[in-house]
Amino acid sequence: MDILTLFVVVPVLTVFALMMSKGIKQHRVVALAGMAVQTLMSFNLLYRYLQERAAGNNAVMIFTKDIIWFKPMNIHYAIGVDGISVLMILLTSIIVLTGIFISWKVDDLPKEFFISLIVLASGVYGFFISVDLFTMFVFYEIAVIPMYLLIGIWGSGPREYAAMKLTLMLMGASALLLVGLLGVYFNSNADGGPLTFNIFQIAEVNIPESAQKIFFPFLFVGFAVIGALFPFHTWSPDGHASAPTAVSMLHAGVLMKLGGYGIFRVAMYVMPQGAHYWANFFMVLAVIGVFYGALAAIKQKDLKYINAYSSVSHLGLVLLALLMMNEIAWKGAMLQSLSHGFITALFFAMIGVIYGRTHTRIVTKMSGLLNVIPVAGALYVIAGLANLGLPGFSGFVAEMNIFVGAFQHADTFHRVITILAVSSIVVTAVYILRVVGMMLMGPTTPEFKNLPRISWYEKTGTFILVLFITLIGIFPFWWGNIISDSIIPFIQNLN
Amino acid sequence: MNLNNMLLMRHELILTTVILILIIADIFTADKNKKSVNYIALGLFALHTVIGFIPLKTGTLFGGMFVTDPMVYGFKNILNTGVLLIILLAISWVNKKGLQNNKVGEFYILMFSSLLGMFFLISSRNFLMLYLSLELSTLPVTALAAYDIFNRKSSEAGIKLILSAAFSSGIFLFGISLLYAAGGSLYFSELEGHIGHSYLSIAGLIMFFAGLAFKISLVPFHFWTADVYEGAPTPVSNYLSVISKAAAVFILMISLFVTLKELKDIWIPVLYGISVLTMFTGNLFALRQKNLKRFLAFSSVAQAGFIMMGMLSADHLAASSVLYFISIYIFSNIGAFGVVQLVALAAGGKENIDDYNGLYRTNPMLSLVLMISLFSLAGIPPIAGFFGKFFLYTSAASKGFYVLVFIAVVNVTISLYYYLLVVRAAFLRKSENPIPYFKSDIFARIGLIIVVIALFLLGLYSPFYDYIDSVTKILNI
Repeated sequence: MDILTLFVVVPVLTVFALMMSKGIKQHRVVALAGMAVQTLMSFNLLYRYLQERAAGNNAVMIFTKDIIWFKPMNIHYAIGVDGISVLMILLTSIIVLTGIFISWKVDDLPKEFFISLIVLASGVYGFFISVDLFTMFVFYEIAVIPMYLLIGIWGSGPREYAAMKLTLMLMGASALLLVGLLGVYFNSNADGGPLTFNIFQIAEVNIPESAQKIFFPFLFVGFAVIGALFPFHTWSPDGHASAPTAVSMLHAGVLMKLGGYGIFRVAMYVMPQGAHYWANFFMVLAVIGVFYGALAAIKQKDLKYINAYSSVSHLGLVLLALLMMNEIAWKGAMLQSLSHGFITALFFAMIGVIYGRTHTRIVTKMSGLLNVIPVAGALYVIAGLANLGLPGFSGFVAEMNIFVGAFQHADTFHRVITILAVSSIVVTAVYILRVVGMMLMGPTTPEFKNLPRISWYEKTGTFILVLFITLIGIFPFWWGNIISDSIIPFIQNLN
Repeated sequence: MNLNNMLLMRHELILTTVILILIIADIFTADKNKKSVNYIALGLFALHTVIGFIPLKTGTLFGGMFVTDPMVYGFKNILNTGVLLIILLAISWVNKKGLQNNKVGEFYILMFSSLLGMFFLISSRNFLMLYLSLELSTLPVTALAAYDIFNRKSSEAGIKLILSAAFSSGIFLFGISLLYAAGGSLYFSELEGHIGHSYLSIAGLIMFFAGLAFKISLVPFHFWTADVYEGAPTPVSNYLSVISKAAAVFILMISLFVTLKELKDIWIPVLYGISVLTMFTGNLFALRQKNLKRFLAFSSVAQAGFIMMGMLSADHLAASSVLYFISIYIFSNIGAFGVVQLVALAAGGKENIDDYNGLYRTNPMLSLVLMISLFSLAGIPPIAGFFGKFFLYTSAASKGFYVLVFIAVVNVTISLYYYLLVVRAAFLRKSENPIPYFKSDIFARIGLIIVVIALFLLGLYSPFYDYIDSVTKILNI
């Protein structure tokens, strides 16, 4: 079995092992073991990837494999990775692993919880390794549907409503995606070749410009809904607020990244003319999302809603950077995906830790928590500072690249958009510092005088995340170089 | 005609033998031993199903009225498997209901007779033969729908079914006679290429189509569906929703694609409109159903709309994707109806969605099967229904029907909502008095296990599609 397919096989095996296991202790050990193996595999993949590159392998995708799946339609199970997917796989494995630590104490149907979580993860891995549109689409839907159960069964608040809204919006998006995929597929023989779903074969074909103009928005919006493009972001705050902690982490940390990744890998790559034609329109939507998300976050009282809107704002930056279509901005977009994944996962983990102790997520009801739970409070501050882009953490590097890239466009339209997006940083600082001030500083609320300290499993999970946030912040060039090498063929195809 | 030729209708001959043996066995079993008839029927039918997989020669009988080729007998095998699953799931129910009125044997005899009609239906290449086999396949089912004589709704379903069936076969027969007048023959092969565009032929086509549309329950010929599915015993609804529909779609496809292909410019727009109407009507009505059998009835109406969408491109791809989708649909629907039937039997007729609240916590396996079947109907990967639907879209998009594909994906999203309502009841909700844990008999469990395995294999494992794709090459489109 090849190194990439294992990323889908190991979760499936873990699911089978979970079905066999009995009792919550066995369940979580099995889940943890499976996902630890997965994390080791993703480090191994990164290592081997760097070795291949160092040895001078300049192929766009490496570790490729291609098996014919449905021959009459030329559908293949085609996989391969470049630097970006390797890093995304690393991100996924770490967030799933920390998610398992954070949900150590799931008491209601623990087996089913871990199974759903791991099925979701297997879909995400599959998505990141596919280079065939059909394979990719299959994995995308596998990643979406377990969310319904995860939010619906283990969620809080209006969980049934939130689960249904999220599932229907994301599946509706995948319906648009499907129309776009079929449009691309039936135009992939424009140069006389066979019909194909393979991204790299399609990219070599000159799809007629008229078709690109029609089908680009389908693919773009189809992916952008899961990347929380305004005005299709409404599933995200409700979904995140109702979801259990590990699911919020996985969802905001990884699943929402499928959007930006898909736009980069598929929509813009196979339909460059369509991308140029529609870029300005979607750029306006993206910048509205950036600003609106930040402003909405100020008004929220619920910690999870604050972070959900903050995600809308930060992922708006990813979409914006992708639409800027130059190398630096794209590097920023990928770094932002990565860094936001770690930061937001840390955020949601800390919200889970705090909520597990205070049983409220309303900011105004809490005060002075730093005195009672110092470690958790400090971790929350770290997450906040990283999120608002403090140098030394990952957020700064990513946003810096995005804005530098965006500023390379000298015309008024792009300048205005860029300035608006940059000014959202100020708003971000407001909502982060406001929460830190109200919730962590000041005199301690009487009923929260005796909160239990942060436990070992919560510590382990969150420390791993902090480690990666700082690693990106301190060694930005190491990460940036892996990304830039992989971006070049894509940006060349576009311009 | 010699014996060797007769072997071309091996499926029919064996099934007839099975029916005759059952009649005799039913007569010669004492009332207190009636249970054994179940096992005789199951054993014989399983044997029949297995023998069906031995390949047959290609050829025609009765001067071209009856044809056997790999596509036809392959499809008969799929129908056989479906009926076998329905019987496996139904045995506990037949034991309970059939023993009440001493009619165990009748259930199987009637169902097999109807299946015999289906076999002749998909083998027929002559309109008269088609008509006769259609009647043979319908009449026993109407008796089956009224099988539960202690239930007024069941009798009502029987009457409704026979009235609408009689009405539709009247229209059907009229359509055939018009086509005969237009083309001068009843043989498919002779009509092919000899039906011009005249008012006569178009009227014939429309009437013929309407007759079959009743069977497939396409809008606006779907009104009987919900009432009959609700009233009829669940195994019978199951049979109606899969076997009867599948056979009708098959023969509709053959006659439209091959015999009536000259009238493409007429029937393609008609199918387009009917497909849109059927999808929307089925889905929008399904949204508001409280009773699971009515719910599944409207869901199966909507599924028929998707099938019509796949047929639009009228080529080899359309034939393969439609047959592939139907084969998967058979398994998905049998799974869903099977669970409904088992629950209703064990919990005293509980068939409402609300009754399923908290089912997962008491009956996890059954709930899982229900969820997998419903996800297959909704088209969620990696379950087979997704692949079936995807190929239907591909087929429609291959001829540029992107708008229709878009309408269809909108409908899939609507349908996902109501399928999730059932999943919500079973998995998300808790209940004060959930359906208590019960153990189904061994046959039902085997049946459901086969369904689940099939639902994963038929999609992920591509040789099944390759097989269907290879047999549809026979069609002279």
